[in-house]
Amino acid sequence: MISESIVPLFVAIPLGGAFLIALLKRIKGIPDIFGVVASAGTFIISILFLLKMEITPRIIYNIGNWGGFNEVLGKIVGIQLVIDGLTIFMLLIINFVAFIVAVYSVNYMTRYTEKWQFFCLFLLMLAGMNGVLITGDLFNLFVFVEIASLASYALVAFGTEKRELEASFKYAVMGSVASLLILMGVIFLYSYTGTLNMADMTGILAGSEQPALMYLVFGLLLTGFGLKAAMVPFHAWLPDAHPSAPAPISAMLSGVLIKALGVYAIARVFFTVFGFPHQISIILLTLGAISMGVGALVALRQWDMKRLLAYSSISQVGYIMVGLGIGTPLGILGALFHLFNHSMFKSLLFLDSGAVEYAAGTRDMKEMGGLSRKLPVTSGSTLVGAMSLAGIPPFAGFWSKLIIIIALVEASHMKLAAWAVLMSIVTIAYILKVTRFAFLGALRDRFANIKEVPLLMRISLILLALVCIFGGLLLIPEVRDTFLEPAVRVLISGMRGGV
Amino acid sequence: MNAYMPYVLCMILFSIGVYAILAKRNIIKIILGVVIAEYAGNLFLILVAYKAGGRSAIFSETQVILPDSMVDPLPHALVLTSIVIGLATTAFLIALAIRLYGKYGTFDITRMRELRG
Repeated sequence: MISESIVPLFVAIPLGGAFLIALLKRIKGIPDIFGVVASAGTFIISILFLLKMEITPRIIYNIGNWGGFNEVLGKIVGIQLVIDGLTIFMLLIINFVAFIVAVYSVNYMTRYTEKWQFFCLFLLMLAGMNGVLITGDLFNLFVFVEIASLASYALVAFGTEKRELEASFKYAVMGSVASLLILMGVIFLYSYTGTLNMADMTGILAGSEQPALMYLVFGLLLTGFGLKAAMVPFHAWLPDAHPSAPAPISAMLSGVLIKALGVYAIARVFFTVFGFPHQISIILLTLGAISMGVGALVALRQWDMKRLLAYSSISQVGYIMVGLGIGTPLGILGALFHLFNHSMFKSLLFLDSGAVEYAAGTRDMKEMGGLSRKLPVTSGSTLVGAMSLAGIPPFAGFWSKLIIIIALVEASHMKLAAWAVLMSIVTIAYILKVTRFAFLGALRDRFANIKEVPLLMRISLILLALVCIFGGLLLIPEVRDTFLEPAVRVLISGMRGGV
Repeated sequence: MNAYMPYVLCMILFSIGVYAILAKRNIIKIILGVVIAEYAGNLFLILVAYKAGGRSAIFSETQVILPDSMVDPLPHALVLTSIVIGLATTAFLIALAIRLYGKYGTFDITRMRELRG
């Protein structure tokens, strides 16, 4: 039943859902139902593919059945959709977070008018991200990056107040420049190799001496995808854009969008197409280390809860980049595992900040205090997310940071390992600020009558908190072999070691 | 004038667009910068496909046309996609500019300082 012919559903289900929501917006409840069902559907399909992975590790689907030209012309003409270990790993994370966020939004988005627009854009963004993951064609990747980005620009501006509009404009202009640089890089690659298919491109690039032009292409693509991933020095838009969006969208943006459009695209292009040249390793290590430091240190002095979390995202993406930059199997395992953990705990923390805003009506931590008595579920799940982010032992975040640091030591990057340990201490400092000022201490009088958030929001918070607690179980050998190892193998097998 | 001239001019056009994005204070001029840079990208895509004396990629029943004498048709398809994406981005940016003008009463980006720190 699960054959390659259902691969396009990853894009088609959310796209069709968005269309139907826009069409049937007048019927009450339709946007909620379609939003939840579509994201649940893609999540279920990704689980089915995960189960099938053991039999066929690489599934290829030719759009419009154009694959037959391979025999005639000797190269692939049409667009291919490819599902391998790395794709399925990312698909599971993204569709799981999207499903949780959709459930949460059913209650949360009643604060805004025009709920159908929210779900419509949300599903478009999901379609774009799934497309980025499954495509095997470089220009197609650019198109899907643009679909997801455009939907996210609009979602950041969703509140249409001064702040939201300003943040969205900044984000949209920087995002457009990033897309242009990506497009330029893709064109240069096309004019050199004569193909857009990534597998073909790998073969051509591996078989020939590469010209100096490749350094220009590296620069263009690294800047473009780096802007989408918000690596320092390309991070300026993120601390404005992520807090301005509605909380579920902040969770999507910080949790999965920067990873699908940024980290995944960098990993896919630089590991499997370019074969991970030595220069890229140095750049990723340097930029990752700088991101780690800048994000964590600036987060220390934030008082807006969501802004603090946004800076923390920059810092944590730095950890992922460093893990990828090491280029050893252990480092990549750590990076991908940290990517998984960061998606879970950062979505959880952003949803919590939304729950606090929903109940207490503020995001400023100076005004909060003592909320744990009134909001037991919210404060409990925030504590779990915070512990996972800070890297306290039984929680999932601890294991991934530990693996990255061990990998750094094994690859004899001693200074970087010390830096990573130091920054994880700073992480504890800024995340304790959230729990200390928002949830502990004396309850203020104006919060005497607030109530815990509605049921669906509580369910999604509890689900994500459970994943944060038990995420470490992914490292058990049997589980690791089906989920993490295939993804690591894809990246390792692509490495050729340089220009 | 040599064969590289169109590429150089195209890159100059791209630089003009990027300059407008980085240096201008008026939102409309920034949007124009994005549009100019986008068009430089599209032009570059077409230049990559161009072949001196090449003909369009259509076969004929009455005369023999070798594939080598044709220009590369794929970038022509790509540039259409790219133009449509550019249209969507521009439309969105202009809609934002109108809303921003409604809130602030100005197009000057330096007077919009809600977000700091």
